[in-house]
Amino acid sequence: MIRRGRAAWHVGTVREARPETPSARRIVLDVPTWPGNAAGQHLDVRLTAPDGYQATRSYSIATSGPDTLLELAVDELPDGEVSPFLVHELAVGDELDVHGPLGAFFVWRPDETSSAPVLLIAGGSGVVPLVAMARAHAAAGDPTPFRLVYSVRTPDDVYFEKELADAAASATAPLRVDYIYSRVTGRLTRDTLAAVAFPVSAAPQVFVCGPTAFVEAVAGWLVDIGHSPTSIRTERFGGT
Amino acid sequence: MAVFTRGFTGRRREQDSRLPPGQTKVDDWPVLSAGPSPRVDTETWEFTIRSESGPPHRWTWDEIHELGVEDITTDIHCVTHWSKLDMAWRGVSLDLLFEDVETSYDYVMAHSYGGYTTNIPLDELLDGQSWIAFEADGEPLGIEHGGPARLLVPKLYFWKSAKWIRGLELMPDDDPGFWEQAGYHLHGDPWKEERYW
Repeated sequence: MIRRGRAAWHVGTVREARPETPSARRIVLDVPTWPGNAAGQHLDVRLTAPDGYQATRSYSIATSGPDTLLELAVDELPDGEVSPFLVHELAVGDELDVHGPLGAFFVWRPDETSSAPVLLIAGGSGVVPLVAMARAHAAAGDPTPFRLVYSVRTPDDVYFEKELADAAASATAPLRVDYIYSRVTGRLTRDTLAAVAFPVSAAPQVFVCGPTAFVEAVAGWLVDIGHSPTSIRTERFGGT
Repeated sequence: MAVFTRGFTGRRREQDSRLPPGQTKVDDWPVLSAGPSPRVDTETWEFTIRSESGPPHRWTWDEIHELGVEDITTDIHCVTHWSKLDMAWRGVSLDLLFEDVETSYDYVMAHSYGGYTTNIPLDELLDGQSWIAFEADGEPLGIEHGGPARLLVPKLYFWKSAKWIRGLELMPDDDPGFWEQAGYHLHGDPWKEERYW
């Protein structure tokens, strides 16, 4: 059981930082006071300049459970203020203020779910909280059928490739992953989605995370196909 | 008590005094929604206010517009740390909608098409502080931003400005709505950083 930690400020130390994709970096933070988090939750990272100026952004956590080592994957936004710093400047040993765990709705818990299958749908870096769910599912040996539909530009842009392959190879709790390489074979369509998703009759619990336009389109298609709106949970980033 | 971040100086440095603490100005318009956007047809759209006294007050799409649509220029602040300044909105003041509503209750639960709810003190909705909004920045509200109509309560974090608004229900106690049950602050004043409880 994960103790449901109340959100609070913590200080984390960077343990590891390495390229995740050509535009993203994986950051492992050691947060000794972290109360644990559920799969799918996020945290706020706050940067403070010498004169007190601060900038805060939210990032999903790719790990879950009681562990105090948290993995993030940060995609660099070309015009960003925080993500370029995290991708290029932040170094092992640096300290960061983090606030969390945050979010109590876009979460999957192995101990609290029905037998309904789980469908994860990711656009780009939106895969991060879904990776946490896939890992939690594999770690628990949970029998719930799990599928991930992962839309990403090219094979080079895949986040957590090895972790997803490991989850897919789990003997007790396999994950099926369908990759949609949008710059190679074209964007995800409603027909493709209908073909790779669990059928409506299986009444899956669905989690969709990605850029706003992607999530808006996918969630709309799921409803068109016949999935219940109340079975679909979304998390979006970016503007219109 | 913040740790200084080695090597961070900050690029944007918005010094605008209209930005509450912890907020960054954006020029685009991010979206925060828990599920699919419900499709609501203005032909069948209806807005209702229910109190403990008398039958519900109801307006169709045309009837609510006939009350008088006003222009509002305001800043909005999302709990996820972005703010948009000087947005141009059009909507109907809740003062007009509450004109004939009698209640002794102090709190309101906003209900949306799709099932979303959020709680707000009544005295923070009246006296020119909130609207049912139909347009933003010169365009009809997009579905992802709550179209055809959303509540607009700019003095509180924007999750209080319920998208796809369907009605308001007066209530005696400050019961938590959807995000409030999921860890967001019961009140949500951006200037006090009432983000989470």
